[in-house]
Amino acid sequence: MSAFRQSVEAMIPALRRYARALARDADIADDLVQDTLVRALRSERLFLGGDVRSWLYTILTNLNKNRRRSLARRPQFMPLSDNNPDASGTEAEGRDIARALATLVEEQRAVLLLVMLEGLSYREVADIQGVPIGTVMSRLARARAHVKAALEGERPALRRVK
Amino acid sequence: MTDPKIPVTEDELHAYVDNELPAERRGDVEAWLAAHPEDGQRVQSWRAMAETLHARYDQVANEPVPKRLELERLVRPPRKWVYGAMAASLLAFIAGGGTGWVLHGATAKPSTFQSFTDDALDAHRLYVVEVRHPVEVPGSERAHLQQWLTKRCGWDVFAPELGATGLKLVGGRLLPGPNGPASFLMYESASGERFTVYTAKASTGTTQMRFTTQDKDGALFWTDRGVGYVVSGSSDRERLTQVARMVYDQTEKNGG
Repeated sequence: MSAFRQSVEAMIPALRRYARALARDADIADDLVQDTLVRALRSERLFLGGDVRSWLYTILTNLNKNRRRSLARRPQFMPLSDNNPDASGTEAEGRDIARALATLVEEQRAVLLLVMLEGLSYREVADIQGVPIGTVMSRLARARAHVKAALEGERPALRRVK
Repeated sequence: MTDPKIPVTEDELHAYVDNELPAERRGDVEAWLAAHPEDGQRVQSWRAMAETLHARYDQVANEPVPKRLELERLVRPPRKWVYGAMAASLLAFIAGGGTGWVLHGATAKPSTFQSFTDDALDAHRLYVVEVRHPVEVPGSERAHLQQWLTKRCGWDVFAPELGATGLKLVGGRLLPGPNGPASFLMYESASGERFTVYTAKASTGTTQMRFTTQDKDGALFWTDRGVGYVVSGSSDRERLTQVARMVYDQTEKNGG
């Protein structure tokens, strides 16, 4: 296997993590990863060095944007409830964070996840989204404020406990 | 402790948490946070948010990678079958006689066979590995499936009974084909062996059966009264021919 393919392969777990947080639905997320890999492999010869990691995140982010654009005219369906009565504390927190992410606009969600979950630098995220660093920072600030409010708003009972 | 000379901005708080702040400014920010507990609480909440994200999503990265994402599966195999098809037509051409006219149409339009088999095998490979959603309409709704596909495709889509070869109908789906819609039916044996039957509108009237293989998959292609058929499955030619023959016989009886 070529060095290029090896570095693509090494990124599959992280791409799946990012896609799952970005798209929420596990099947859609893996579809996004699959399309990303197919595109990457197809363009192997066009890839003239550089950072494979950033490049893969860029493809996936763009594919998701296109997917959402094609869905934009249809009504958005949200699950009425994905409550699991047996969920432990961490599971409940995971559910809340997923729900909070779902309320973010697309660009803000991508910035938040690329920085906080995938550990990319502001510069890398600016290149991925094709915007200035200042835009990345304001998107990140807004996303953090929004998620914080969503998390706190969802569990008021816990905050009132003495 | 006094505030640093320059007030710390919101952007700097974020940069501090994300390790994007120049080292010489970190001390200032830490002093500021100590003096401004509300900002300290915000910074703390962002760190907790990152932990929650990792707690929820790192497990995805630790799952085994699903088969459909293996690079080996995603790399297109070389198209050896083009040569096979050429050899087959050449042989038939030499054989000549009654088959000559049949092949005339096909050789004049080599793209039909090529794009058909290509599309059908792509669909075959894509859906045969699906465990949860191999089809849109399950085989238990055979009548509805046939009716729906017939209506959408515009020709009689018939799901043959392949029980005699040990295959049961899993179901079917509608696909985009080379010239409009295409129907796609999936069959499965008790041992999990899967065959698919793909039909789409063809520009050639009627042709002979042609066999091709790509990697582990084999396909038999023919057209009948303007409809192209591709039966894909095992590259074992005898087994594939047995299945395709049964599909052919039954669609012949039911078709048109």
